[in-house]
Amino acid sequence: MNKVSKLTPIQKRRQRGAFSLLFLSFASLIGFGILQKNTAPVTYKFVLEKEWIAINEWTLDSRTGSYGFSCAALIFAIWAIFQFRRNKKIQLQSALGGFAILMAFLCWAASGKMIPFTGLLQGALLLSVPLIFGAMAGVLCERSGVINIAIEGQLLAGAFAAGVVASLTQNTTWGLIVAPLAGALISLILAVFAIKFSIDQVILGFVINVLVIGMTNFLYKKLLIPYQNTWNSGPILSPIEIPILSKIPLLGPIFFNQTIIVYLMYLIVAVIHLSLFKTRWGLRTRAVGEHPTAADSVGIKVNNLRFRNVIFAGLVAGLGGAYFTVGAVGAFGKEMTAGKGFIALAALIFGRWSPLGAVMAALLFGFADNLQGILSITGTPIPSEFMLMAPYIATIIAVTGFVGRVRAPAADGIPYNRGGSH
Amino acid sequence: MSVELRGITKSFGALVANDGIDLRVETGEIHAILGENGAGKSTLMNILYGLLSPDSGQILVDEKPIIISEPSDALAAGIGMVHQHFMLIPVFTVAENIVLGHEKVNGFGVLDLEKARSEIARISKEFNFDVDPDAVVETLPVGIQQRVEVIRALIYNAKVLILDEPTAVLTPQETDELLQVMKNLKKQGTSIIFITHKLREVQEAADRITIIRRGKIVGTALPTASQEDLASQMVGRPVDLTMNKSPAKIGKTLLEISNLTVTDSTGRELIHDISLDVHAGEIVAVAGVQGNGQTEFARAILNLEEHVSGSILVDGKDILGETVRGSLHSGIAFIPESRELDGLIGSFSIAENLILDTFDLAPNAKGLLMSPNTVTNEAVKRITEFDIRSQGANELVSSLSGGNKQKVVLARELSRPVKIVVASQPTRGLDVGSIEFVHEKIVQERDAGRAVLLFSTELDEVFALADRIAVMYRGTIIDIVPATISRSDLGLLMAGVKPKVSS
Amino acid sequence: MNKFKKYIEETSKSIALPLLAFFLAILSGGLLIAFSDPKIYKLWKSPLEFLGTGFASAGHAYLALIQGSIFDGNLTSKNFLLGFYPLSETFVVAAPLILTGLSVTLAFRAGLFNIGAQGQFIFGAIGASYVGFHYNLPPVIHALAAILGAIVLAGLWGGLVGFLKARTGAHEVIVTIMLNYISVYFLLWLLSTQTFLRKGRQDPIAPPVNENARLPKLFGMDYRINLGIFIALGVAYLIHILLSRTTWGFQFRSVGANTLAAKTAGMSVPFVMTSVMVICGALAGLGGAVQVMGSEYALTAGVAGSFGFDAITVALLGRAKPLGTVLAALLFGALRAGGLTMQANTTTPIDIVLVIQALVVLFIAAPAMVRAIFKLKNVKSGTDMAAKGWNG
Repeated sequence: MNKVSKLTPIQKRRQRGAFSLLFLSFASLIGFGILQKNTAPVTYKFVLEKEWIAINEWTLDSRTGSYGFSCAALIFAIWAIFQFRRNKKIQLQSALGGFAILMAFLCWAASGKMIPFTGLLQGALLLSVPLIFGAMAGVLCERSGVINIAIEGQLLAGAFAAGVVASLTQNTTWGLIVAPLAGALISLILAVFAIKFSIDQVILGFVINVLVIGMTNFLYKKLLIPYQNTWNSGPILSPIEIPILSKIPLLGPIFFNQTIIVYLMYLIVAVIHLSLFKTRWGLRTRAVGEHPTAADSVGIKVNNLRFRNVIFAGLVAGLGGAYFTVGAVGAFGKEMTAGKGFIALAALIFGRWSPLGAVMAALLFGFADNLQGILSITGTPIPSEFMLMAPYIATIIAVTGFVGRVRAPAADGIPYNRGGSH
Repeated sequence: MSVELRGITKSFGALVANDGIDLRVETGEIHAILGENGAGKSTLMNILYGLLSPDSGQILVDEKPIIISEPSDALAAGIGMVHQHFMLIPVFTVAENIVLGHEKVNGFGVLDLEKARSEIARISKEFNFDVDPDAVVETLPVGIQQRVEVIRALIYNAKVLILDEPTAVLTPQETDELLQVMKNLKKQGTSIIFITHKLREVQEAADRITIIRRGKIVGTALPTASQEDLASQMVGRPVDLTMNKSPAKIGKTLLEISNLTVTDSTGRELIHDISLDVHAGEIVAVAGVQGNGQTEFARAILNLEEHVSGSILVDGKDILGETVRGSLHSGIAFIPESRELDGLIGSFSIAENLILDTFDLAPNAKGLLMSPNTVTNEAVKRITEFDIRSQGANELVSSLSGGNKQKVVLARELSRPVKIVVASQPTRGLDVGSIEFVHEKIVQERDAGRAVLLFSTELDEVFALADRIAVMYRGTIIDIVPATISRSDLGLLMAGVKPKVSS
Repeated sequence: MNKFKKYIEETSKSIALPLLAFFLAILSGGLLIAFSDPKIYKLWKSPLEFLGTGFASAGHAYLALIQGSIFDGNLTSKNFLLGFYPLSETFVVAAPLILTGLSVTLAFRAGLFNIGAQGQFIFGAIGASYVGFHYNLPPVIHALAAILGAIVLAGLWGGLVGFLKARTGAHEVIVTIMLNYISVYFLLWLLSTQTFLRKGRQDPIAPPVNENARLPKLFGMDYRINLGIFIALGVAYLIHILLSRTTWGFQFRSVGANTLAAKTAGMSVPFVMTSVMVICGALAGLGGAVQVMGSEYALTAGVAGSFGFDAITVALLGRAKPLGTVLAALLFGALRAGGLTMQANTTTPIDIVLVIQALVVLFIAAPAMVRAIFKLKNVKSGTDMAAKGWNG
C-alpha cells in the first residue's frame, strides 16, 4: 500500500503542464491543420506609421500557417518535456507554445479573412484598462488582508460619477477628479464594515455591488434619462500623442497614443509594484496581509494601514471607472461595467496577487475579449460565447491548481482584532 | 531599568484574568513568573507590552508612571518581548522581519536593509547566534526563529525583555542554551521577565519568583525553594506529582505499527520508518520535544495523513489506507491534540459533540433520521459519569472550561467499544485538577485491558503514566526504553543523543 | 406554557434585528426617492413645502409598491377578489426566490458561500425547458420528468463546485462567480442553436413548454399563481428536516461549524462538500424549473432575472434558516412584484428595491450600528456573517 509518489507537486505540475501542451499541440495540428479544408489565405494587417518598415501586410495560406504554427508548438512542447525531465522551469516553453497554438488557431479561424493585427492589440489594451485598474485595487486591498469583491461596484461608481460630473461641468477634468472620490466612498463602506464591524468581506463586497448597481440604475432612470442633455452628455478625453515614443513601429501607436487615463494607469502600476516590494509602506502592507498580529507587535497600526489601503484601492478603481465614461463613450449606461470588476478579480487571482502578474492576466483577458469581438464580426466556426467564457475558465483552472497553486496572502479576509477571540 | 506594575486588573466578561496585580522587576534581574495554564500570566505580559489594555492599574518604568496602549509605546519605553507564538512573518527574510516597524529608507524612499544586516551580524557574533539575515524565516528551525525574536528585541535596545513560555518548543539542549543567553543578557544589565510553568527552569535561572494563581499573586519565592513548595503554591494545595498505579498486566499485541513513513505534499518526510508495538494493558508513552513528528505519527494511525506507507495492524488487521471513520470503528479511541481545533465543535451542544463519530449508528439514529431524545438521554448519563460540569446536555461546548471540554472528548471516545486508546497531548493547557482526572481515566483504560499510546511533551506526565517510553526525535523513534530510565538520560535521548548502548 | 413563552421571546429577539434593519432600509430608500427628484430643490425656500413634497413622493412610491404587491383597489371593479391579484404576483415571484434562497442557506450551513445560484438556476431552467418542449409525455409524468431534468442538470453543475473544492481546495466563491458567467454565455449559445431556436423567431427564445409539463394554476386563468409556491414551501420544510433531523444534516452542520473536527471524527469532508453542493444546485435548479414551468413557459436569455443574486440577500436576511429564508423571500418577492407597479405608476424606478435589499443586509450585518441607532441591548448579533478568509 505505497502511497508515496516519486514526484514533488511542483514536478507534477510541470509534468501536467508539459504534457497538456503536448496534447494541445497535437490537437491543434489535427484540428487546425489536417482537418482544415479551407486553404484560403489569412491576411494580417499591420497599421504602421510613416512606413518605418516596408511591409504592412502579411498573407499566409491558412492550412500552411496552421501546420507551421502547430509544429512549432509541438517543438516547444517537446522542449518543455525535456526541461521537466531535467527538473527545470517550463514557463518560457509554455508561453511560446501557447502563442504558437494561438497563431495556429487564428490561421484556422480567420481563414480567408483579414486580421487587423495592430487593431487587435490596440483593442486588447483598451479592453484591459478597466481590468488593470480593478486588479490594482484588488492588489491594494488583498495584499493588506481585505478581500475586495466590490471592485465591480467601485468601477461602476467611478464611471457614474465621472460621466455625470463631466456632463454637468462639460469638463473631463472634473470627471477625472470626482471618479476616484466616488470609488473611495464605496471603499469607505467596505473599510468600515470589514475592519470596524468584522463582517465577512465576501458577503460585504457582494452586498456593496448590489447597492451600487441599485443606486446607479435608480439614478440613471430617474435623472440621467429624463434630463439627458444636462446630466448625461459628457465630453470625452482626447488621446495624447507622446512624441518619439508614439513613432515606434507597431508598439508606438498601441501604447503611446492614448488618453491620460491610460498613462495614469502605467504610472499606477509602476508605483504600486515598486512600492509593494521596495518601500516601507509595501513591507508593512505585506506584513499586515500575512500576519497582522506580528505586525501589531512591532507597533504597526494594522487596521489603520488596512483602512488606508482600502481607500487607496477605491481611488484607483474609481479612476478606472472613469475610463468607461469620459475615457471611452462619454455617456453613462446602465450597469455599463458589465462584470468587468469580476474579470479584474479573476486577473488578480490568475496573476497570483502580484501587481505585474495581475497586469499580464488582465492583458491576456483583454486580448481574448477583443479577439472574440473581431472574430465574431469576421465570422468564424467558433461561437463567440465560448471565447467569452475563456477568462472565467482560465481562472477556474488556475484556482484548482492544475498548472501551479495560487495562494492568497495568509491573512486575506480575516479581520484583525487585538486580543483574538475574547 | 526597573519596571513596576501596580494594581493591574483585567477581565474578559465574567472571567477576571488579572486581579489587582502588583509586581516589581529590578534592573538586571531575572524575574520568573510562575503559574498554571490559565493563571493569567500571558494576559499580564500582554498588558505590559501594550497588546491589551488593563481595566485599571498603573505601569511605572524607573519609578515614572507611563501609559502603554500600543506595542510601539512599550518598545519606545525599552520593553521587548519574545512571544510564545513567534511574531515573525513567515514569508519575509530575517532582516525584513527585524526592520519591520522600524524601517530605514534612503533618499528615494527605498528600503535600506544594510544597517539591519550589520546589526544582526554584530549581535549574532556577540551571543554566538548563527543567524543568516537573508534566510526566509519559514525555512528556519524554531530555535533559530526564537533567536531572531531575541535579536530584534536587542536591536531595539530593550532594557526589559519579556520571555513568554520560551522553552515550550525547545529541546533540553536548546533550553540550556537559552538559559545561558538569559544570564549573559542579565550581566549586561537587561532585566528579564521569564514566564513559565516549568519548575526546574525557574530554579535554574531565576533570581526571584512570583507565583500567580487564578489571576492573583499568591506568593513570592527564591529559587532555593523546594519543587513541592513551588508546586503547591502554584496549584493552591499539596500536589502529589506521582501517580499511584499497579504494575502493568501485559496482554497480547493490539497495535502493531511497522515501517510507518509519512510525507507531506511536497514529498518531504515528516516521519520516517517507525515501528512500534503496544500491548493490551500497557501504556506506551511517546516522548519528545514538540515538533519532532508526534502530531503526524498520531494522525497517521487514524489515517488522517495523506501520504503514508508501512502498516498499522489493529488486533491483527491492517487498517492503513482505511477511511478515518473505518479506523475509529476498528477499535481506536482518539483524543486529538487540540480540543478546540479538531476535537470539538464549539457551536454544538455537549450532546451533539458526544455523538460526532457515532451520530449515524443505533441508537443515535434510525436510518437517515436521528433520535434527538435518545441522544440527549445518553448525554445526560455521560455528563454524570465523566463529571462534566455544565448546565445540561444542551449547553454549547464553547462555554465550557478547558478541563470540561477535554472531559467531553474523553466521554465521547471512551464510551465506544474500543481496544486501543491514542491520546495526543491529552492534558495540554489543563489545570492540575483536570490533569489528575485525565490521568486517572487513562490508567483505568489500561487496567481494563486496552492498549494505550500516549503522546506527551511533558516529562512529568511521561514518567507518571508510562510503562514503556518511545522517544521521538526528528521524525523517527530513536529508542524505546523502560519507564525506569533517568530524567537526564531521557533528556539526552530527546535531543537525539543515545547516552549508552541501550537495549 | 413556559416553553412557549421562551420560544416567543427567542423568536422576537431574533426577529427584532431583521425588522429594525428593514425599517431603516425602507426609511433610507424613502429619503433617496424624495431627494432624487430635482423638482424638490426648487422648493427649498419653504421648508414645509420642501419636506411635504419629499414625503409625498416617497409616500406615493411606497403606496404603489404596496398596491403592486398585496392589494389594489383599482382592480376590484369587476370582481373584489381580483384586488388580490398583486398578492398572487408576490407569490409567483417568491416561489423561485424561496428555492434559490434555500440553496444559498443550505450552503451557508455547511460552511460554503454559494454565489452560484444564478448559474445553477440557469441550468435548471435549461433542463426543465428541454424536457418540457422536446418530449411528449402524459400529464403529471411530463411535469415530473421536466423537474427531474432540471434537478439533475443543475445538481451536476452545483456539484462540480463542491467536487473542485473538495479535491483541489479551489475556493467556492471564486469558482461560482466564474461559473455564473460561463452559465450565462452557455445559455446564450444554446439559444442560438437549432434545437433551442423557436420556429419563426430570430430572438433568443426556446420553443414553449408543452401543456403537460406546465405547473397547474391555483386560482384559474386570471392569476399566474401556480403550484410552484407550494413546491417551494414543501421543499423549505424538507430542508428544515434535513438540517435538523437527519444524519446528513448533522454532517453538513458539523463540517460547516468545524471542518477539522468533523474530519477527525471520521466524517468525509469531500463527500459533504460535494453532496451539499449537489443539493444546492438542485434547489436553485428547481427554482429555474418553477420559473419556466410555472410562469414563463419558455427559456429566454433573461430567464434567471436576478433570482440567483437576490437569493444571497434573501438567505442573509433569513439568517441562514429555512423558515427565515421563506419569510425573507416573500418579503423580497413582494418588493419585486410591487416594484413593477411602482415603476409603472410613479416615476420611481424598480431599482430602489435593490438599494433596499442591500441596505437591509448591511444593517443586519452591523448589529452594533442598529443597536446604536435604536439604543437596544438584547438584539442577537449577526455572527452568521462573521468573517472567514480566502485560504480557509
